[in-house]
Amino acid sequence: MRVELCDALVRHCVDPKFVFLTGDLGFMALEPLQEKAGGRFINAGVAEQNMVGVAAGLASQGLSPWLYSIAPFIYARPFEQIRNDVCLHDLPVKLIGNGGGYAYGVMGATHHALEDYGVLLTLPNLRAFVPAFGADIPAVVEKLMGFAHPAYLRLGRDEKPKSLEPPPYSQWRKVTEGRGAAVVAVGPIAGALWTALLELVDEEKRPNLWVLSELPVAPGEMPEALLGDIAHSGHLAVVEEHVAHGGAGEMLARNLLLKGLPPKRFSHFHAQGYLSGYYGSQLFHRQESNLAPAQILKALE
Amino acid sequence: MDSIYLISTGAVLDSFAQIRLKAYKRLLQMHFESGVGHIGGNLSSLDTLLVLYHQVLQKDDLFILSKGHSAGALYVALWSLGRLTEGDLKSFHGEKTLVSGHPAPKWSSDILFATGSLGHGFSLAAGVVLAKKLKKEPGRVFCLMSDGEWQEGSNWEALIFSVKKELGPLALVIDWNGLQGFGRTQDIGGLDPFAEKLRALGMPVEEMDGHDPIALEKALNRPYPALRTLIAHTHKGRGVSFMQDKMEWHYKPLTEPLYRQALEEIEKLQGGAS
Repeated sequence: MRVELCDALVRHCVDPKFVFLTGDLGFMALEPLQEKAGGRFINAGVAEQNMVGVAAGLASQGLSPWLYSIAPFIYARPFEQIRNDVCLHDLPVKLIGNGGGYAYGVMGATHHALEDYGVLLTLPNLRAFVPAFGADIPAVVEKLMGFAHPAYLRLGRDEKPKSLEPPPYSQWRKVTEGRGAAVVAVGPIAGALWTALLELVDEEKRPNLWVLSELPVAPGEMPEALLGDIAHSGHLAVVEEHVAHGGAGEMLARNLLLKGLPPKRFSHFHAQGYLSGYYGSQLFHRQESNLAPAQILKALE
Repeated sequence: MDSIYLISTGAVLDSFAQIRLKAYKRLLQMHFESGVGHIGGNLSSLDTLLVLYHQVLQKDDLFILSKGHSAGALYVALWSLGRLTEGDLKSFHGEKTLVSGHPAPKWSSDILFATGSLGHGFSLAAGVVLAKKLKKEPGRVFCLMSDGEWQEGSNWEALIFSVKKELGPLALVIDWNGLQGFGRTQDIGGLDPFAEKLRALGMPVEEMDGHDPIALEKALNRPYPALRTLIAHTHKGRGVSFMQDKMEWHYKPLTEPLYRQALEEIEKLQGGAS
């Protein structure tokens, strides 16, 4: 999604409010933006606390700063700056975290982002954007350009079915119909699940797959059609490459309880850390956490 | 000082010396009435804040208090200009107040940022001055920091960034009172020789008596270098014998007899107008 991001930002960087800061990352990806944005593309160095503080200062003066790094370096290292400088003041700082979940694979645990939006959504005013497909990026960037609050943009790898195009970007999208469970998948992992579902011809078993791309979800933000799918099947399953605590599963389950609409069955597929103590690809870690599509489909039966 | 300024209390034209005396007394009163500590670091920074607000800051200039625990001195400086009311100061540290122990966000155009956790103000100030540069807007940025605060690594990040990006006009003022929450700054952080360290990283440094309003005003209003650090040598609890340079007055609240004594000493020290 980095290429799509760069292309979209190149289109928007002529906006006089635009400023881009990177924590020394983006080599072989962001050069076109660097060239186009000129003095408004700033390599802030390996110093994320300062970068976020500077961004808050920029935003306080009416500018619209975008910050880029590998996900954990943008949300975990400078957490207090995000909390105090950005969120307490409700400033429109955009934090871009590349490599949500296990996307950095065998690069190791320090580069994974398993608790990013859960941690950030404890803060006031912040909204997390988790686009699922590369095609979402232009719309997300467009939306964020006009977004007046702190935002976290979690980037991953586009895993959509090769033969299909996703519906236009929105917080909620339904991509498959069936008579099985209502499945809500957060961000790119929805693409992997969607691909697997194409081979599932039995409509009785085929889940209704919903792609969720913006958090938090207020109780009123759950679409009626989703509530209908949950009621019809009696089963809500939430899939996310994020730990259970603070994730979308807990959030949606709470919403249903608040609405007085608890599902008969609730399943939660989520990141479980490093169960074996070994490291590998994104798929290796998904499999350890029962997040691979085949594992999910089997569990849903 | 012979400059003439308007002070809100009584709406008469007072000399800076009178403003200063009133501000010192009002700060002591505020901390006594609220039963709140942090008076030591407020007294050490009050002169800098008064000079900044009365003799330095112009329409396009911006100020950031990085040492948020000197909120009391900031509130009193704003009160001395009529930007906070007597009622505001009476509510200091109270219930349902905006005048909290450390500056709160989003309520006063004079307080750009909520601070209190140390090591934030320098980066914020760097961002503000960078915004001015990018927007081609006039105005200077000032940031008041503590000495102990330099134990925070984020300041060194901000230092590298500001020097490398040639930011300015930005003046950091360090309230160098030598004491922090639980000991002497030099014993805990070992920053000396601090000025040499900053200079080695490309930051120009000037040192002065932080209780000399003339020296402060000259240094703060000097236009060059655009990015610079002013080390203001100060005394924690300045002007009050039992507080001055005493570590425990970082946190200790005032009793009534001590408050009366402090007022008398301040009156004696500054009453004749300096």
